[in-house]
Amino acid sequence: MEILNINGLEADVKGKKVLNGINLSIREKDIHILMGPNGSGKSSLANVLMGNPKYNVTAGSAILNGEDILKLKVNERAKKGIFLAFQEPVEIPGVNVMNFLTTVYTNLNGRNAELRKEIERDMKELNLPENFLKRSLNEGFSGGEKKRFELLQVMLLKPKVAILDEIDSGMDIDSVKFLGETTKHLLNTTSFLMITHNDHVLDYVKPGLVSVMKHGKIVKTGDHSLIKEIREKGYNEIL
Amino acid sequence: MEKIEFDYNKYNFKNPTAKYKIIFNEGLSEEVVKDISNLKNEPKWMQDFRLQAYGFFSKRPTPKWGADLSKIKFEDITYFARATDKKATSWDDLPDEIRETYNKLGIPEAEKKSLSGVEVMYESEVVYNSVKKELENLGVIFCDTDTAIKEHPELVKKYFGKVISPNDNKFAALNSAVWSGGSFIYVPKGVKVPMPLQAYFRINAANMGQFERTLIIVDEGADVTYIEGCTAPVYSKDSLHAAVVEVIAHKNAHVKYITVQNWSSDVYNLVTKRAFAYENAFVEWIDANMGSKVTEKYPSVFLMERGAKSNVLSVALANHGQHQDTGTKAVHLAPDTSSVIRSKSICLNGGRTTYRGLVKVKKGAENVKSSTKCDALIFDDKSRTDTYPYMEIDEEQSAISHEASVGKINDDQLFYLQSRGLSETEAVNMIVLGFIAEFVQELPIEFAVEFNRLIKINMEGAVG
Repeated sequence: MEILNINGLEADVKGKKVLNGINLSIREKDIHILMGPNGSGKSSLANVLMGNPKYNVTAGSAILNGEDILKLKVNERAKKGIFLAFQEPVEIPGVNVMNFLTTVYTNLNGRNAELRKEIERDMKELNLPENFLKRSLNEGFSGGEKKRFELLQVMLLKPKVAILDEIDSGMDIDSVKFLGETTKHLLNTTSFLMITHNDHVLDYVKPGLVSVMKHGKIVKTGDHSLIKEIREKGYNEIL
Repeated sequence: MEKIEFDYNKYNFKNPTAKYKIIFNEGLSEEVVKDISNLKNEPKWMQDFRLQAYGFFSKRPTPKWGADLSKIKFEDITYFARATDKKATSWDDLPDEIRETYNKLGIPEAEKKSLSGVEVMYESEVVYNSVKKELENLGVIFCDTDTAIKEHPELVKKYFGKVISPNDNKFAALNSAVWSGGSFIYVPKGVKVPMPLQAYFRINAANMGQFERTLIIVDEGADVTYIEGCTAPVYSKDSLHAAVVEVIAHKNAHVKYITVQNWSSDVYNLVTKRAFAYENAFVEWIDANMGSKVTEKYPSVFLMERGAKSNVLSVALANHGQHQDTGTKAVHLAPDTSSVIRSKSICLNGGRTTYRGLVKVKKGAENVKSSTKCDALIFDDKSRTDTYPYMEIDEEQSAISHEASVGKINDDQLFYLQSRGLSETEAVNMIVLGFIAEFVQELPIEFAVEFNRLIKINMEGAVG
């Protein structure tokens, strides 16, 4: 059963076409891996699904529970359960991490008296330092910390569809392993579109579907055996 | 230790006393100045002080170096009347926007009426009495300045007008001639006042006059935090507010002076604030300016003796039709003195912010350290922000730094927060509150919460 269906999606940024008719489905309780060479449009797809105003959608739809999310404002998409873990999370000076998490959580999921406990537990699992909550959002975080903080938000918010844009790059080996395990744990509530460059994470996740993107199109979709094929032959040969 | 008479009536909470129910005709003359003084039954020295100041005021032209003040009509202003006489007489008389703001701030019904001047209200009496007792036990004097002249004449006479001379500038001269109300604080040697003064007196702040005069004397090794103003917009029918605030921090003293003011949008807010910091004293001005048509305010510290320190942290927010011309002066007159200046300004919808600052180091004041950092956030092309950091450094042995930045709200920041479910308005507010977080951290917690709400209200129209 599919939770998100993307049909014929086309988009451009600053007049340049970056998505060229994307057809892709994310199944419920599944991890869909999206791979492809640099500049193939993977991040563009992630941004368009979340509604980044820099991108202009020219055709197509993305149906979540019978509704085309492309017609919704960014925050409305979030409220419907779409989440984007950013490849390069932006720093926001002076915005306290704890306040941010509380505001965002309460806005999306309602009040939770146990929230602080949950945050602290997740932080511990992610090996984030105790003073983390007092810091400014993403400011002065190391590359790995930024990515782990994105993952923390997935764990906490439990969106319906989490798009992870190269969340594994910049993560150390233990974090990548933890990422793999965590996505598995979360499958009851969350389905994933995992964009990755690095096949390391694929040692720890078992995707139902794997797609390969090139020139703004999905050029191949298969099961996890496709990963093995790419590993062995490289993109050039299989595409 | 002096015995302190802290009469609630005299603080003018309870009765807008009938004897003050006199409104002078518009315009200013020597006669008016004399009448004000006579009515208050003041000692001769004060009357002379007022008359001399009136002379200075008459001679000085309206300053042209800052915001546009050419539309002030001095002859149309009423120079003396109890605030309560001039305020709205019924809740319905208040402009809708003021009522709406009170509602948004979540101010209790009774308190709203008091703030608007419709009714004087004493809900805080219980708290007030316990504070009063505590202050008495410490020997702290805290009363309005009119009362202080009567009850502590020597102390007032010694310091009044010594930090800011009546001829300092046109508006200080005006205040010196017609002042009324304001706070007087004396903290005896070694006393650390355990609670911020005025925090409990929010209501009273709204009843302050337009020419209030505040004098704070902190004796050796003493410590006090004073909070001025209130977060609710002060509704006033008067178009001119010209206050004078003098602070004296003796050896090893610490003074933190917090101002949050939110004037209604037709007010000219022209305030002179200055502190003298003696040996190893530490003076902090924490100053937020919102609302008003024009604000010109540069809280200053004169670092008089070795080891004195100052910290000035300010926020200015200018929305449509407003010009916040603010900044500070750090005047280093002695060696080993240091100053820190941080300014945050926000302008939107055609609002204008100006930072105007002076760092001065006198010859011979060696090993001075001073750092200035000005950050401006500008929302649109209609708005404007300028920085004028003047420096007069006459001593080579000093370390002076200045940084300035101007930024726009970053689209990536907005997108990030919106992707987490916040609306565009909520996202903008979060970014703006982050921008001024340093300032908010200096506020007592209950005040900080209201201040944040206030910023959000004043940001109205930020998102199209």
